[in-house]
Amino acid sequence: MPNSQHPVELLRFNTCGSVDDGKSTLIGRLLYDSKNLMEDQLEALERSADITGGGQINLANLTDGLRAEREQGITIDVAYRYFATPRRKFIVADTPGHVQYTRNMVTGASTANLSVVLVDARLGVIEQSRRHTYLASLLRIPHLVIAINKMDLVGWSEARFLEIRDEFERFLPLLDIKDVKFVPISALNGDNVVDPSHHTPWYVGPTLLGHLETVHIASDWNLHGFRFPVQWVNRPNDPTNHDLHDFRGLSGQIAGGIVKVGQRVMVLPSGLKSTVKQIWTYDGPIAEAFCPQSVTVQLTDDLDISRGDMLVGLESLPGKASDLEARVCWMQPRPLQRGKKYFLKHASQTVQAVVVSIENRIDIRTFESEPEPAELAMNDIGGIKLRVSKPLVYDGYATNRLTGSFILIEQGTNQTVAAGMLLPPTEAVKPEYNDFAI
Amino acid sequence: MNSYHLDHLGFLETEAIHIMREVAAEFERPAILFSGGKDSICLLRLAEKAFRPSDIPMPLLNVDTGHHFPELNDFRDRRAAQLGGKLIVRKVEDAIAAGIAVPAPGEISRNRLQIPTLLAAIEEFRFDCAIGGARRDEEKARAKERFFSFRDAFGQWDPKNQRPEIWNVYNGRVNPGEHMRVFPLSNWTEMDVWEYIRQERLEVPTIYFSHTRPCVRRAGQWLPVTDILPPKPREEVRELVVRVRTIGDIISTGLVESPANTVDDIIAEIAAARVTERGSRADDKASEAAMEDRKKQGYF
Ligand SMILES: Nc1nc2c(ncn2[C@@H]2O[C@H](COP(=O)(O)OP(=O)(O)OP(=O)(O)O)[C@@H](O)[C@H]2O)c(=O)[nH]1
Repeated sequence: MPNSQHPVELLRFNTCGSVDDGKSTLIGRLLYDSKNLMEDQLEALERSADITGGGQINLANLTDGLRAEREQGITIDVAYRYFATPRRKFIVADTPGHVQYTRNMVTGASTANLSVVLVDARLGVIEQSRRHTYLASLLRIPHLVIAINKMDLVGWSEARFLEIRDEFERFLPLLDIKDVKFVPISALNGDNVVDPSHHTPWYVGPTLLGHLETVHIASDWNLHGFRFPVQWVNRPNDPTNHDLHDFRGLSGQIAGGIVKVGQRVMVLPSGLKSTVKQIWTYDGPIAEAFCPQSVTVQLTDDLDISRGDMLVGLESLPGKASDLEARVCWMQPRPLQRGKKYFLKHASQTVQAVVVSIENRIDIRTFESEPEPAELAMNDIGGIKLRVSKPLVYDGYATNRLTGSFILIEQGTNQTVAAGMLLPPTEAVKPEYNDFAI
Repeated sequence: MNSYHLDHLGFLETEAIHIMREVAAEFERPAILFSGGKDSICLLRLAEKAFRPSDIPMPLLNVDTGHHFPELNDFRDRRAAQLGGKLIVRKVEDAIAAGIAVPAPGEISRNRLQIPTLLAAIEEFRFDCAIGGARRDEEKARAKERFFSFRDAFGQWDPKNQRPEIWNVYNGRVNPGEHMRVFPLSNWTEMDVWEYIRQERLEVPTIYFSHTRPCVRRAGQWLPVTDILPPKPREEVRELVVRVRTIGDIISTGLVESPANTVDDIIAEIAAARVTERGSRADDKASEAAMEDRKKQGYF
């Protein structure tokens, strides 16, 4: 073990809330109170306090990055922050809360283990709170924290805290979130952010940072059902080196499950079977590998395999289809229309896709769906049917976030226009070619 | 914690390898920007992990400002040779001579002039992707940078019009003349870089370690005295025990007084450090928005 210390875990989270709920202040507070700010950052903070803040340090300035934003005084794009405590390292995606920026939240939250939804204690649950909670559920973020902020402005009232919690609990059962925590905080003054507050003797739970440091994330990655999208075929083609002459490796990142040397696997879409001969890594061969490790797999048979193919375990087979159903979040000003063609990138392959129909649009306030809308506009979420030019090997997004997700790319501009989450396949691949293929 | 679990370096590593393989698979003519600095040293190790036992399927590109620390160029050439990689060096000096880079009257720093030199190299070799070692924790303006950062036909970055990046599905499509900058170390911090250098036992240029050097104090920083940066009349030259934390141009890289002799020392020093890494670069101090302006023009 080259690393002398105890291995440190990484937790990725995002913050969301409406304008002025205090996201930037909260992140500034986390950095400040966990002693992750440096002298020159503090100096810059003090300098800008003298210019714009009448001498008052504004923690929000720490994270409001780009100049255009500073001019408008709002956060408009996802910004990433890094800090660490002795227990964990954190990657924070600061995602803005304006109505028109759903796409930013989807971007920031797609890789998160946890979402922090901020609520202004004076306002309680507003449309944006429901939207953010819905998105966290749609994206299947494993953990959710509702941080009820500005408790100082409601006299630290437990009754108000409970009232807001009840409001959430009325609609949470409609969603797919398993782990939810409520924390009363004041980002401005620091109560219950890093240090426990003496203003909330009625609250016995952990502080926000305490929770971030201890929430159980070891099982957030999918370890069931081996999935290995082939990214790059590794052929050294070195005629002078006997060992490498016949080396034919399949390089990729494991998108689900565990793989072991000697294990039988199926190559999709072809359906051929083979056995894992070696799991090659730069640091030497290994006996087994797991999601999300990047490795190079060698099979016992010399099959014709290329980028876009997927190796899967035989114990749980994915779906394979050209007709797909998905939920999409639409991300660009030109609306999504039926009949239009896009590139669809899924795992390691890009195919052409045509939108066959728009099944529904989700109303973010009621979580109800409106059937057959004419189009999906920017920031809309809806169900669509797609037909792709080549069958896709996939899982439902609820089963596997990596093999169940895709993006749509507009032809010509190459803009990323949608994030898509696949519904479960109606039937799994059938292992037709039993063992006759070697 | 079960045994099927990556620690934070393992996670950052697999993320970066995945990105490098996406680049190899999706671009026709990618290159790796290699300066010999600590971040690009990590990039090369990640390239080895991504592509071995094959050759690294892209050349290494360096823009030489002519104001590099000599130790750095030696190291750069040696490391490239070790890897059996193809190293392409393009010099700011030549770009100035060819009229591609035009210094303003009295402009000594070569920082700004790296931009046209790099863009000219990208055009010369028709690179459609350049992998760089930039990290988001370096500076506020970088915090919003994507892994795959799109550059238009003028090499410009438009922070208002970035492609959303969702899950680990990267959109690498560009039209002719446009290119992509890809930053596999986006999620790494200065500490992660040094921990990785320790874990992988990577060699780094000696200037990262403590050494004695004549320095002058300017604008609150110690700068190395060299032919390009002679002391001004009546300026006091001090022999100090220093090291570099971040390598820029030799005339604007602030040195930190430090006895750190080993990677472990450096890690201990960073853990206790009170100033961010970029605090030691004179070019960023000019204005808070300095970095953002340079980036829009196509800085790394
Ligand atoms: N009293 C009180 N004010 C707070 C608290 N948290 C934030 N604020 C104030 O609320 C205002 C908005 O805070 P920001 O952190 O800028 O809000 P934001 O959510 O980042 O908003 P945008 O950046 O505009 O999206 C600022 O004036 C903060 O000082 C709190 O706990 N108590």
